[in-house]
Amino acid sequence: MAIPRATASAKKKPKGRHHRRRRRVWKDKHYRWVPDGQGDWRVQPYIYTHHHKPKPHHFRGPGKKPARTSMPAAAVAPTSGGSSLPPGAYQGPFGVAEATRLINRAGFGPIAGQAEQLASLGVVGAVQSLTRPSGAANLDGPAPVDDDGDPIAPADAWGHDHLWWLDRMVRSDQPLVERMALVLHDWFATSNASVSRQQQMIDQSNLFRSACFGSFLDLFRAVTIDPAMLQWLNGAENTKQAPNENYGREMMELFSLGADRGAYSETDVREQARALTGWRNDWGETGAVNFRFDPKRHDTGIKTVFGQSGNWNWEDSCRLCVENPLHPSFFVEKLWSYFLPQPPSDATRDSLIATYRDNGWAIRPVLEAILMSPDLYLGPPMVKPPVVHLAGMLRALGRGINTEAWVWLCDGAGQQLFWPPNVSGWDDTRWLDTSRLRARWNTVDYALNEIAVDAWDDPYSATETAEEALARALASWGSPALREEHRAELLDFGRRCEGQVIADWQDGPFRAMRQNALLQLIGISPDTILQ
Amino acid sequence: MSHNCCNNYTRSQLLRAAAAEAGRGLPAIEPGMPEPAGTGLSRRKFLSRTAGMALAVYGASKIPISAFETGIAQAAQSDRILVSVFFDGGVDALSVLAPVGDARYAQLRPHLAFAEGAGTSFGEDPRLQWHPAAGGLATLHAEGKVSAFPAIGYDHPDQSHFTSRHYYEIGELEVGFRTGWLGRYVDLVGDDENPLQGLSMDGSLSPMIATAARPVAAIESVDRYDLWTPVSDPIETEMMRSFARFGSLPSDSPGLTQVRRATSQTEKLREELGGLSGFTSRVTYPDNQFAHKLAGLAAYIDAGLPMRVVTVRAEGGYDTHAGQAEDLNTSLGRTCESLLAFQRDLEARGLDDRVLVEVWSEFGRRPEENGSEGTDHGAAGCAFVIGSKANGKMVGEFPGLSNLDDYENVRVTSDFRAMYCALLEQWLGQDAGPIIPGADSFVQPTLVKA
Repeated sequence: MAIPRATASAKKKPKGRHHRRRRRVWKDKHYRWVPDGQGDWRVQPYIYTHHHKPKPHHFRGPGKKPARTSMPAAAVAPTSGGSSLPPGAYQGPFGVAEATRLINRAGFGPIAGQAEQLASLGVVGAVQSLTRPSGAANLDGPAPVDDDGDPIAPADAWGHDHLWWLDRMVRSDQPLVERMALVLHDWFATSNASVSRQQQMIDQSNLFRSACFGSFLDLFRAVTIDPAMLQWLNGAENTKQAPNENYGREMMELFSLGADRGAYSETDVREQARALTGWRNDWGETGAVNFRFDPKRHDTGIKTVFGQSGNWNWEDSCRLCVENPLHPSFFVEKLWSYFLPQPPSDATRDSLIATYRDNGWAIRPVLEAILMSPDLYLGPPMVKPPVVHLAGMLRALGRGINTEAWVWLCDGAGQQLFWPPNVSGWDDTRWLDTSRLRARWNTVDYALNEIAVDAWDDPYSATETAEEALARALASWGSPALREEHRAELLDFGRRCEGQVIADWQDGPFRAMRQNALLQLIGISPDTILQ
Repeated sequence: MSHNCCNNYTRSQLLRAAAAEAGRGLPAIEPGMPEPAGTGLSRRKFLSRTAGMALAVYGASKIPISAFETGIAQAAQSDRILVSVFFDGGVDALSVLAPVGDARYAQLRPHLAFAEGAGTSFGEDPRLQWHPAAGGLATLHAEGKVSAFPAIGYDHPDQSHFTSRHYYEIGELEVGFRTGWLGRYVDLVGDDENPLQGLSMDGSLSPMIATAARPVAAIESVDRYDLWTPVSDPIETEMMRSFARFGSLPSDSPGLTQVRRATSQTEKLREELGGLSGFTSRVTYPDNQFAHKLAGLAAYIDAGLPMRVVTVRAEGGYDTHAGQAEDLNTSLGRTCESLLAFQRDLEARGLDDRVLVEVWSEFGRRPEENGSEGTDHGAAGCAFVIGSKANGKMVGEFPGLSNLDDYENVRVTSDFRAMYCALLEQWLGQDAGPIIPGADSFVQPTLVKA
């Protein structure tokens, strides 16, 4: 017997680099294609940090120029008739600021030029370019690698599933698909902690990708018999002889109806468990395999759910939840809460409920209405989840996935993908405390380590002004907007640094450090943490 | 339905009610296996400025958190500290002290046996030789600082990891106990306000120090609360001043308020605890997590933190059912090098007379190797007591391989409870009677130099 390894820390845990150690690296000028903001691509030089000595004539890019059509968010032209403003949609100006907010909430922030490009589409066109992608997503840029430069192994190596998804967040040209998959990963929170193979978690996330805009009932049914979910909430151990109520309860409480709203009773929990019986699996060398419905294990008696009696099965079980009168309000409020920090007005909620009902529980129309809502553009900001913060930084910096550090750094910040804390998902009132903000600070530092200036070895301007320094730092971050008081503080910081120079030899090195500090401060500023 | 759902609107609120019930806490325990001691102890998180570390405090729920700060500051440092190091998984005693001089050894271990001379000879028994990767222990043994138990265990050995480990943790052959043997020691001699008196360095509480009443603690990381920066002073100070300003500027939304509050708390904490940032060691430790914890522990002891008993898990895993040669080489090598560095660090700091290290595992492994170039669960294991004050004499003999028990496992020649009694009475100066059931029935070996 081997010792069961049931927790994150008991699995192969990477060595945490809790304090900094300098490793020998080789900095090298490489070239890559970046969007030019006009729908085309331009070559951008950048410094690539090799962790192993590179061969003298290795490939330094930029490679083949990507096709114009793979422009992020422009993959799909707005559908005909989509340009007229739907009732209740945001009517105000739709400029770079509004487009940035949209791509922050409905994706992972802009890559260079993307906000301008979305702004040119108007609010309807911009939202629909995200909600109506066509075909498979393109992943633009270098494929993810580990610290040794080797391809990642998402199904096999601890934490590489996190890197795999983070990479999709950074590179996919269908950002809302990834964002919705993240929403659903939290909604139907399942964890590696009780799932035998990482591939089953990855498969579940692919289910979320493929079903995130369609019918909620279809999605709900698919999740109900998803192998990862069948393991996580014991669906495969729920038999006629020994019913297991775990899924029967959570499907109502967390997935479709909500607790303490009078939507269901304890009897409904037991009856749902009976209706859900019959799923099973085998145990192979690699864990749980061969998930299937076994009629012999299914309870074929009459079950009464929400007062309706019949020989219900798992498909009925999901349908009955979705048909419950309290489901639509649960659905629209829950979906809304992922994109806006404050609840909708009664009128807005009722309108969303009507949209949901009228479209036969389809997710896309509700999602489009939420993303076009005036509240999204005029209301207050909300805190980015840690992976959204990180993916956004990597997109802004034009950096791909080339280190496993993102796994433990995100873990420290409170969000390792495929490891939600429990079936209710991440608690987003807890994204920021002293330990998690510290991890975010260190994540920013790590994200910048390829462009940080070596103050003592790299020559740096001895005359750069505070304004020039801030402009340079902002440009490295893709020119994000800053609140006026933050800009003023950073300029003041820049001047204070100059005031620290007491000898000529310090002019260059202190300015180099000032640049590093500005990059860090922008990355950890409320402007970057909020969306 | 009620349209006024403010009460259960926010997702987290909506879901929090369910979280406790739905939460997935402890790893699955096999049916029939004992629950670890300390299961269910209340746990509170607390950042101690005095200690400069983030602590999870267990037990003693009546005591306000603020009392711990005073308690740690005022508690006298214990004169003697016991550090327990756990080899998780059942170490192969036959490899750590390989009986190369036993005629059956090579026959039982066709793939895994070491050649005579592959490692340092064990001076106290010419049949035995140290694992080549256990050089750190061999060095200390040669200096008279290691007491080895070549075949330790108990009668009727249990071969479940959980059950056997549980026995070692509670110091008794019972499944129902809820306190660890070191926890009972803390209950007897400790106080109500110093959670550092029993400290686990592995992020969660070791059942070994689970108490009935007194508070004990676990730390996530030995590192202090610091923020990485690519700059140094005077620019760093200015940068932190601006970071603090981000935390104190006015806000116009709940989200911004949340970021500002966390920013200001983070900066405040960095300022308070950052002064302690980064401990220094007197020696160079190997590059692994276990070594890093020991390096931090030496620094804590040097800083006068009031620990009495400390637990830490050895580097690597020892449940070597397959590919034992390589796994054991890595795990054992890292652990032994780290233990040597720790001892040298303590010596350099002049603390070596105050610290004794006890190394243990839940059982040994089957003498006959299995078909996967590994070994399955066996009976007698090994233990070591290490330190400048360790008596340095072998306890119990190696019983040989021609005289295995009914299950073809190595026979036990010393009882772990006798070791515990000796550590309590000779090192910690505490009567073992109230702590180890049946203490009187064990013949105590001499473990501490007079």
